[in-house]
Amino acid sequence: MTGDFDRAEEAVQDAFVTALERWPVDGLPANPGAWITTTARNRAIDHLRRDRRLVEKAELLGRETAMASDADDVERLVEARDEMTPLQDDRLRLIFTCCHPALPADARVALTLRTLGGLTTPEIARAFLVPEPTLAQRLVRAKRKIRDAGIPYRVPPDHLLADRLDGVLRVLYLVFNEGYAASRGDALVRQELCAEAIRLARVLVTLMPDEPEALGLLALMLLHDARRDARKAEDGSLVLLEDQERGRWDRARIAEGAALVDRALRMGRPGAYQLQAAIAALHDEAATPSDTDWPQIVALYAALASLEPSPIVELNRAVAIAMAEGPAAGLDRIDALAATGSLSEYPYLHSSRADLLRRLGRRDDAAAAYRRALELTENAAERRFLTGRLAEVTRLS
Amino acid sequence: MQYLLLIYTPELPNQADIPPEVFQQQLAEYDAFTKETRDRGLMLAGEALQPTETATSVRVRDGSTLVTDGPFAETKEALGGFYLLECKDLDEAIELAAKIPGARQGTIEVRPIWQLPETYGA
Repeated sequence: MTGDFDRAEEAVQDAFVTALERWPVDGLPANPGAWITTTARNRAIDHLRRDRRLVEKAELLGRETAMASDADDVERLVEARDEMTPLQDDRLRLIFTCCHPALPADARVALTLRTLGGLTTPEIARAFLVPEPTLAQRLVRAKRKIRDAGIPYRVPPDHLLADRLDGVLRVLYLVFNEGYAASRGDALVRQELCAEAIRLARVLVTLMPDEPEALGLLALMLLHDARRDARKAEDGSLVLLEDQERGRWDRARIAEGAALVDRALRMGRPGAYQLQAAIAALHDEAATPSDTDWPQIVALYAALASLEPSPIVELNRAVAIAMAEGPAAGLDRIDALAATGSLSEYPYLHSSRADLLRRLGRRDDAAAAYRRALELTENAAERRFLTGRLAEVTRLS
Repeated sequence: MQYLLLIYTPELPNQADIPPEVFQQQLAEYDAFTKETRDRGLMLAGEALQPTETATSVRVRDGSTLVTDGPFAETKEALGGFYLLECKDLDEAIELAAKIPGARQGTIEVRPIWQLPETYGA
């Protein structure tokens, strides 16, 4: 079992790293499936050549390959090494093994980034602000558990697939969010995390093109990442969606993300990532904030709330209602949510409430809410933003 | 691989508090699970344990044997039984653990058996 994992880990990395290196530079190939197969075959041949026990055979077959233009001949060459499995399957197995629910959540993230991503142990340690030996230890323990507890190295069978794919997507989304909305850490490293999550999601989508939630997650990440540059002001402070310079949004990412959402939703199996991506697409496709289709966003949040009820979704829904129907309607919703107490430590509850109070001209209440949000916010850019708004509502009152 | 599935379930202060029909129902469910694992050739062993009030703890310190009544920790869930099963991998062990009736009230701890080198036993 370990043998499988270690060998696959080694075998996959070449082709995979090539994909990770080339795709961001060259863009996604016109036919990624064929590209991967070709690369996998080329890599398989490379390995075959390297294998000493098979040197002779490889040379012989290598000569055959040089002459053969037919794909079937290459296929035969790959099959010549009996323990060689198609690399495409290896990569998928590896993702599922790294994200197995029996591994601790932090280890799943680290193992995925280390094994499938291009990040080194020190880079991952820096990204998650964990001492390097701690992270190295985490990886060692995870690999040991894979071996000793008999965590299977395979793509889960159909009856487990939905559940396990969910876990894989969660790991990728966590990596992305750590990079996108992190409350701590160095900006460059965080950007690398977003890029890594997107690259891995691209590979997953290529390997599992019929999974709408995988498409949805990739779309969601692209549609958020498109706003990355416009989201930060020169001084590093946070720029709200409505204040962002929309000309700085990455149009190519938006087009790609929107197309992915459409493709996913057409499959008729909506999910939380698809719905969130659809919401992000509506924001990204509005030429100005006032062009935003808020009623549609409210409807999407309602669908999301029924699919995956959570106070965070309710908060976003309340903010959308404020935009569609006015701040008073939104504030009623947020106050009802605040009364449940479930988000009392969540800074965005207080900052959203503060914003609506500010719009309604209730400056003292707004100031109190901004102060509460500030108590709960660590991120420097967000703190600067909240401090600015607090000054604004206290200035002339 | 071999896995020990440890069944931790809430323990009633008095076994007699369980209504007989509920107890019969539980027995029937465990019987069904035992039969399934036997039929599939996975069963190596499986037993139910007497309640923790019958337990005795034994420690040897500085060469003398200390015997005390009961288990050490006062936890809500206690070890009530176990299955030793032969499984293909952890996924199969997890699927079987989820079928143990006690999983619905308590927790099943899945532990792979450590296959020690033969020389240890020699």
